[in-house]
Amino acid sequence: MNAQLQAAGSAPAVAAKPAGPPLWLLLELTYRCPLHCVFCYNPTDFARTTEELATEDWIRVLREARAMGSVQLGLSGGEPLTRDDLEEIVAEAHRLGFYTNLVTSGVGLNEKRIRALKDAGLDHIQLSFQDSTREMNDFLSSTRTFELKSKVAALIKQHGYPMVLNVVLHRMNIDHVGQILDMAERMNADYVELANTQYYGWAWHNREQLLPSRAQAENAERVTAEFRKRVGERIRVYFVVPDYFEKRPKPCMNGLGSIFLTVTPDGTALPCHAARMLPGMQFPNVREASVEWIWRESPAFNRFRGDDWMKEPCRSCPEKTKDFGGCRCQAYLMTGDPTNADPVCEFSPHHHLVTEAVARAEQPRVVEKVLTFRDARTSRSLLERSSG
Amino acid sequence: MSDIDSTTKPTIGKGYRLQWEPAQNAHVLLYPEGMIRLNVSAGEILKRCDGERTLGDIVSDLERTFETSDIKDDITAFIAMAVTNKWVELRA
Ligand code: SF4
Repeated sequence: MNAQLQAAGSAPAVAAKPAGPPLWLLLELTYRCPLHCVFCYNPTDFARTTEELATEDWIRVLREARAMGSVQLGLSGGEPLTRDDLEEIVAEAHRLGFYTNLVTSGVGLNEKRIRALKDAGLDHIQLSFQDSTREMNDFLSSTRTFELKSKVAALIKQHGYPMVLNVVLHRMNIDHVGQILDMAERMNADYVELANTQYYGWAWHNREQLLPSRAQAENAERVTAEFRKRVGERIRVYFVVPDYFEKRPKPCMNGLGSIFLTVTPDGTALPCHAARMLPGMQFPNVREASVEWIWRESPAFNRFRGDDWMKEPCRSCPEKTKDFGGCRCQAYLMTGDPTNADPVCEFSPHHHLVTEAVARAEQPRVVEKVLTFRDARTSRSLLERSSG
Repeated sequence: MSDIDSTTKPTIGKGYRLQWEPAQNAHVLLYPEGMIRLNVSAGEILKRCDGERTLGDIVSDLERTFETSDIKDDITAFIAMAVTNKWVELRA
């Protein structure tokens, strides 16, 4: 998710204890999803999750978080529409004063449900393109998926929602940015988010197949700029540059435990939707603890607050109040230690790991590794592999 | 963008919501996946943008409430900026 949370005029500080509330609450209501995306950030062991929280658990989480000052609510998954209590959850969130965002593939969104969601007070629907090959190819060749998405897009507009289209970019579709934008125009989108894949979870597993070359990324940026010039203010296009091509890391989650709280389908509370991978962490569960305790007191949420945990070069770097040393998950995945600087940073002694991956992406491709689709069977086989 | 004069009726833009957040001790403007924390004056102006009041009404109300004068140009400039950012829409 592209969390643009701007606090106009307030300079970030690396606070040891949370000064502020968990402004952003993301509820991953379910891992069930009709699609199987190669770049899905859900943990690769999601098949372990069998028991989802009940309606009243989600409602309690909403109440407790709102009382602490949570205000932006994301409802995602999986495909959140697979839960038939979605309307009930939205209604309570709306009553509490949340701004409610639904992140959906559109599968299952029909006239009846969109009307019920509107009545429940849903503020915003983001239509996402989730599948890299099948769905995107369908979409680009105007077949079934495009029909479905167009119908859903029209429904979204009919009900007075701004049309927000989110497309995850990677090596296999990034050259089609021009076509994707033209399609968005035909669908009367108001906003288009072109988000480059972030390499966690399933995407990390498939990284060698997904990372575009620098030339591809630059070309996509150029095409986007031309499109912006042509359509002007009518359609706003956000292009999130892949961080592998940068010299400084992104201020991931504004620092863990600063503004962002995710609750996964089984009730695990995470300071970032990818954080479950971090080693040596005991993540609390909303079935066992209050949101207040989880946010303020739990060791997991305090682990990466402040800067005591930092190593060099971050510790003595003036940038640390702006980028918080980058992404903990990326540091862990690439260096084996989550307290290292994010290797995207040019000052990181591990920066070569990023530049080498980028260099490999420049090579002409022989597909020697097949893509892994996100489905329950593959998840189980990965589990077996990692435990055996 | 249409011209802004004292008969213009500004209203909060589609997809945006203005609300008071006690936890932040501020008005915030909420929009799809984002939030802008407003300073006091921005909050006071936007909370009067209800599509009923004209810009003229808003200016005189603020001048009365905060015992000040000559703020019309500042407020007009703020509204113009807010329209560019889609925070505010104008009704004739
Ligand atoms: S050394 Fe650490 S704090 Fe400094 S710019 Fe790099 S990641 Fe950021």
